[in-house]
Amino acid sequence: MQHTSTVDRPAAPLAPDSRTFARAFGDVRDAWRQRELWGHLGWQDIKQRYRRSVIGPLWITISMGTTALALGLLYSQLLGQELSTFLPYVTVGFIVWNLILGVVTEGTEVFIANEGLIKHLPAPVTVHVLRMVWRQVLFFAHNLAVYVVVLIVFFPALTEPYKMEGDTVTHPGITWTVVLALPAFVLLVVNAVWVALLFGIISTRFRDIPPVIHSFIQLVFFMTPIVWHVGVLNKFTDGEASWKILIAEFNPIFHFLEIVRAPLLGQQQDWHHWVVVGAFTVVGWSLALLALRNYRARVSYWV
Amino acid sequence: MVSIDVWNASVDFPIFDAKSRSLKKLALGKVGGKIGSEGRVPIIEALHDINISLRHGDRVGLVGHNGAGKSTLLRLLAGIYEPTRGSSRIQGKVAPIFDLGVGMDPEISGFENIMIRGLFLGMSRKEMEKRVDDIAEFTELGDYLSMPLRTYSTGMRVRLALGVVTSIDPEILLLDEGIGAVDAAFLEKARDRLNDLVARSGILVFANHSDDMLVELCNTAIWMDEGQVKMHGSLREVVTAYKGRDPYEHLSPDTLARIGQSPVLSGNGGE
Repeated sequence: MQHTSTVDRPAAPLAPDSRTFARAFGDVRDAWRQRELWGHLGWQDIKQRYRRSVIGPLWITISMGTTALALGLLYSQLLGQELSTFLPYVTVGFIVWNLILGVVTEGTEVFIANEGLIKHLPAPVTVHVLRMVWRQVLFFAHNLAVYVVVLIVFFPALTEPYKMEGDTVTHPGITWTVVLALPAFVLLVVNAVWVALLFGIISTRFRDIPPVIHSFIQLVFFMTPIVWHVGVLNKFTDGEASWKILIAEFNPIFHFLEIVRAPLLGQQQDWHHWVVVGAFTVVGWSLALLALRNYRARVSYWV
Repeated sequence: MVSIDVWNASVDFPIFDAKSRSLKKLALGKVGGKIGSEGRVPIIEALHDINISLRHGDRVGLVGHNGAGKSTLLRLLAGIYEPTRGSSRIQGKVAPIFDLGVGMDPEISGFENIMIRGLFLGMSRKEMEKRVDDIAEFTELGDYLSMPLRTYSTGMRVRLALGVVTSIDPEILLLDEGIGAVDAAFLEKARDRLNDLVARSGILVFANHSDDMLVELCNTAIWMDEGQVKMHGSLREVVTAYKGRDPYEHLSPDTLARIGQSPVLSGNGGE
């Protein structure tokens, strides 16, 4: 007996649409529409982590505060810096670095860690990325409390023009330019999404990538001006520019860090950081969309 | 229009960690898909040349031995796997119940899990809040819904999962074998709801070995064997061919009357 419903069977499409940009964009768009889902899951992740602890998510803030205080104290002395401006510098740097670190390390495992969900519930792959990035943003928000405390404590020093040891420029201090931190942060998050998408897809296929990134990222921390600042590089050339500045300039993370950090500390900021970040946004998203186009449908096979 | 169309679809899994070259020419006999190797990476052909069209009102039972590709087929129909060759088009809101542990967090309460599962299936938070009471009543879990999910038995988890998918009006309902874990009384209740649901809006595909459940829920069946559709037709024909006996034979007259079948397999067998 022939099954009745085969009567109105349409002809097969000429080419499957699995590997098209339309599907890649569709994935991102659908994921964005499901923000109630990943928004909820991101919160859940944080609540989950501290479910049985007494002070809960406050631990995030406490550990950040302790680290920033200790590193700020140590490095201001090692580098001969004024504590009142260097401690806030280290604090903000470390808060932003923590976001970047979280996105890169968890981004590589974003699909691997969600294997169960990917194999059992149909959803755009970008949902898992947005959930992870949202979780990191929430961590960032918790850590921002440390910045506020530091800001209050060192308010007099930070609102006056100040100079950091080794710098040629004088920083104007915190003014209205602090609002520039907002678009900078948005750019940072927009970049976080493509980083997680691209690295997530590659890592799902090549499982050697996460361990490589994990060991490499430690090195990046020391190479990035977080517990030191670029002025120090020129300390022994009497403030004159030298090749040493390239140590920072060739590090993309430095530029991302700088656009968020400088406004928050009222530091003099060069426009070229924004250009570099803008270029990374465009190139990165192009690569991520290309990866999404070609390998979006493979993720569920690879996990 | 709710529909599932699959054209000449194959699902090949690359096995990245199977280095052994001896796998290359090995084709397993009864269990599992064919293992081939076209490139460097060994491949398991889990599904091969699948052609299926399902429309509104189709209630399909999926039979076949372990490793025949039933679960993979369900995932293909859910859109989780897009075919490596061939193509597929799924139109309609899909609600799968594959693995009862996944998408459920053991540490959070039943209520929270209802919410998360609903969100995953495309509902909004508001819509889910409206349905929570209905789900709570249907599942009969009562105060247990405030307890963490890890305190639930398998049957209770099935109740929760079924409660969610049947309350959100999905258009395509895909059920894997796990839901057999609930007791008879609840199954009765679930059956009515599932039948009601399929009559209203959609397609049901149900992998199961139990004659009773297949007979109650399905009208057609697909027999999967070695990753291929071996037979697709009326439930009675397919199950008779697969099991070598008529599934309606031992049913009570009451049941037969309810599902509208005659006790003897007639010439054209079935509907």
